[in-house]
Amino acid sequence: MPQASTRHRSRIGGRGRRYGSRTDVLPVYSGRFGVEQAERLLWRAGFGPRPGQAARLAGRGLRAAVLSLTRPRQRSLAGPAPRLQNGQPIAPYDVWGNDVLWWLDRMVRTRAPLIERMTLVWHDWFATSNELVNSQRLMIAQNETQRALCLASFPRMLAAMTTDPAMLLWLSGAGSSKDAPNENYAREMQELFALGASQGYTERDVREHARALTGWTNTWDRATGQPTDFRFDAALHDAGVKVIYGHRGRFGWRDSLRLVLGHPDHPKHFVAKLWSYFSPQPLSAGDARACERLYVSTGKQIRPVLEAMLMHPLLLVGPRMVKPPIVQIAGMLRGIGRYIDTDAWAWEANIAGQMPFYPPNVAGWEADRWLNTGTWLARFNLAAQMIDEKRALKPSATRRAAAVDPNALAAQALAFWGGPSVTPATHRALVSYAKSAAIDFATASWEREQYPVLAVNALRALVVATPDYQTC
Amino acid sequence: MSPRSPHRACACQDFNRAELLRHVAAQPGRGLPSIEPGMPTPAGTGLSRRGFLLASAGLALSVYGAGRLLDPASFEEGIARAVAGPTQPVLVSVYLQGGIDSMSVLYPAGDPLYASYRPVLALPDTAGPVFTEDPRLHWHPLAAPLSQLHPEGKVSVLPAVGYADPDQSHFTSRHFWEVGATQAELLTGWMGRYLDLAGAPDNPLQGLCLDEALQPSLATARMPVATIDSPSSYSFYARGVWGPPQSIMYDYFDALGQVGTRSGDAAMAQSGQAALMSNTLRRQLMPFQPASGEAAPGLPAGYPGAGDQFPARMAAIAQMLAAGLPMRCVSVSTESVFDTHDSQVAALNTGLAEAAQTLYAFQRDLEARGLADNVLTLVWSEFGRRPQENASGGTDHGAAGCAFVMGTRAAGTMIGEWPGLAGGLDALGNVRATADFRGLYCSLLEQWLGHEAAPVIPGAAGLARPQVVR
Repeated sequence: MPQASTRHRSRIGGRGRRYGSRTDVLPVYSGRFGVEQAERLLWRAGFGPRPGQAARLAGRGLRAAVLSLTRPRQRSLAGPAPRLQNGQPIAPYDVWGNDVLWWLDRMVRTRAPLIERMTLVWHDWFATSNELVNSQRLMIAQNETQRALCLASFPRMLAAMTTDPAMLLWLSGAGSSKDAPNENYAREMQELFALGASQGYTERDVREHARALTGWTNTWDRATGQPTDFRFDAALHDAGVKVIYGHRGRFGWRDSLRLVLGHPDHPKHFVAKLWSYFSPQPLSAGDARACERLYVSTGKQIRPVLEAMLMHPLLLVGPRMVKPPIVQIAGMLRGIGRYIDTDAWAWEANIAGQMPFYPPNVAGWEADRWLNTGTWLARFNLAAQMIDEKRALKPSATRRAAAVDPNALAAQALAFWGGPSVTPATHRALVSYAKSAAIDFATASWEREQYPVLAVNALRALVVATPDYQTC
Repeated sequence: MSPRSPHRACACQDFNRAELLRHVAAQPGRGLPSIEPGMPTPAGTGLSRRGFLLASAGLALSVYGAGRLLDPASFEEGIARAVAGPTQPVLVSVYLQGGIDSMSVLYPAGDPLYASYRPVLALPDTAGPVFTEDPRLHWHPLAAPLSQLHPEGKVSVLPAVGYADPDQSHFTSRHFWEVGATQAELLTGWMGRYLDLAGAPDNPLQGLCLDEALQPSLATARMPVATIDSPSSYSFYARGVWGPPQSIMYDYFDALGQVGTRSGDAAMAQSGQAALMSNTLRRQLMPFQPASGEAAPGLPAGYPGAGDQFPARMAAIAQMLAAGLPMRCVSVSTESVFDTHDSQVAALNTGLAEAAQTLYAFQRDLEARGLADNVLTLVWSEFGRRPQENASGGTDHGAAGCAFVMGTRAAGTMIGEWPGLAGGLDALGNVRATADFRGLYCSLLEQWLGHEAAPVIPGAAGLARPQVVR
């Protein structure tokens, strides 16, 4: 694919002026910003377009398009509130899967899709599973924190996650005391959250961080059995001298975070990991270093780095990415204008390989391995869930057109999903199917009447099976 | 559509990161997740995989191997030939995920420091039966099924197996055990290298993994090996489509798959490859779609019924061996994760009870079928846990841990020894190894599989071989 690039560097003006010229760091895509590019941006930085949205965004130009995502005017939700198939409201704190519906509803109805998408990024980055936390209330509270801080600074995010009740349970921070420090959080904080599994720290550092992080605890409500009253208790904290990365001191948890954030490996890890959510191809060494400098010079702010990344040519015309399952589910609902009206999406997300609030482990989901025979089956069958009885075309109720045009049948099926763009090869395959099923195999007169209708139903499912629709 | 339970195929119960390795190997030929730049590349990366239905046995296999060897037509023949050949010894590897706490499985009731290291977790003297070879140790009450096999001479116990300079990362330590060396860069599993030397180019069942994905210890460089899925319901559904438009629709999965594989884009190719493989599997499994209302057959007597897939997988191994399938190295893993940082008692008890009962049932099953003299089972974990418990009622990652070799042909005598808490711990407070897992592998190769260890295990010449086979 051609990669349009440019020598001039991004300057984020307007309301971004407070970052000044320090954001002139990355190449900016300077090719045509058309519907296809806008569509990709909406899938990568959100949950896909609503019908017509990609064209409207393309009309604004790249810079305004990106800023409309990173600095949304409105964060409110638009559309009907979520409900279950029986018409009842969802119970996000209490019923299995309704936590997923609660978030999926936000992904579908949001006017600020990047906010929800970045919340998903942080959920994966600080992957915490309700499998162990066992409290949908605490998981949703963590999610709200991640949403509130999703474009703030990484130090604030790390501090919030370190002391977050769900995280304190998940990685054994709660109850880790001076008498028996638990290494779980100290290890993952370095290996996954801030530094990477590099050679930049030792087992000794893990242990000393663990000591510095001691003191957090909670109580268990006798009546409900639920954890409550998460707090720092100085009596449980190890106030002794620690040595971390060669520094000596009576370090506490804030020092622990300060030290890990000040570690020379941190900016590199932050930039590489954040970028990996938006492009499968790593940044060049030069671009990565420039991003690291921007990150450090803005006080480790997230938004300036993200804005520079979202305008990078690699993101807009570089290699494609498989859509994460929950992103595709939300995007399908947006594309057909459907809202949360069933709990089916919770288990559909599960079998498609991504159930929010239940990442497979602390390293999050494996974003380059979404598709296999099991999850491909699940994505295909998703179409049948999306196309419920009232949306499926009925042969008896449909008046047959005078002449059947395979191109028109394919176009009709694509339009159902909001008109996603497909490559010519895919379009040819869809049209070829339409001709085969609706014309070649339809010999009897009732077949000539019914098969074109069945073919459109099948084509809608086939669109979901295309490599184009499964990637962005 | 039939109601589906919210089963947790991909996630959830496996919160320890060792699980990553399994999924990495599941789709070989691709790199590691970028989030783990320092991790060793798991064995199996680089292999291609192909769905394959073994018609004679009614099994759906995923075959792993070098691309040009993957000719399904030759497999039926190769397997038939192997079946007709002489009976070969079988090694079953059972992996206890997450680093099981050996100081619970065989707890040092007689060690004066035990109670002070484990104020919360220590089990009373009287709780479990004494380990007769070293009365300082007692079997966990829930490991009682193993303690029953031990006096019959069918269990060799390794109370403190590991290696020098122990690594406390799940990924790395498991990798060492899988590849049979403390080398991050090895890409083949230790059993895989054995099969490369002693296996056949047309029998993927020689290395069989019962799991969603290939376990790295079976990763070969040349010979095909396989994983087996359950041939249960695998059906595609599109609403409002039937008759020829439906059957033609399925045919177009291939056309769309080819668009992806020919696109020149890696993500589209991944989607296309999944489409092609899914359609192959769909065709293979069509004869196995259960008639409506038909229940799946239950487990043989003795295997724990409720719970996860582990007992069913072990029962399936016995069944397949009884059917005469030519397996040589088999690998399976518990679904229970023993990474017990918190509230260890509850987490350990469920998994340990299931594992011990299943191993016992498997051994009795083999004996009842007259297969027992031909099968040896190795039970292992990536490390033991810290002797000093933590404040969360759990234990952190340690060093040496326990392993077992089970079978009627097992030597039945202890390998290495329990080093004791006074003087038996390293500078970090972890248990010192008194047996090396690589030496154990050498013994299994030479004494059981009848193959020279030197070309399989790096540094074999310098490793002591314990007696593992009677």
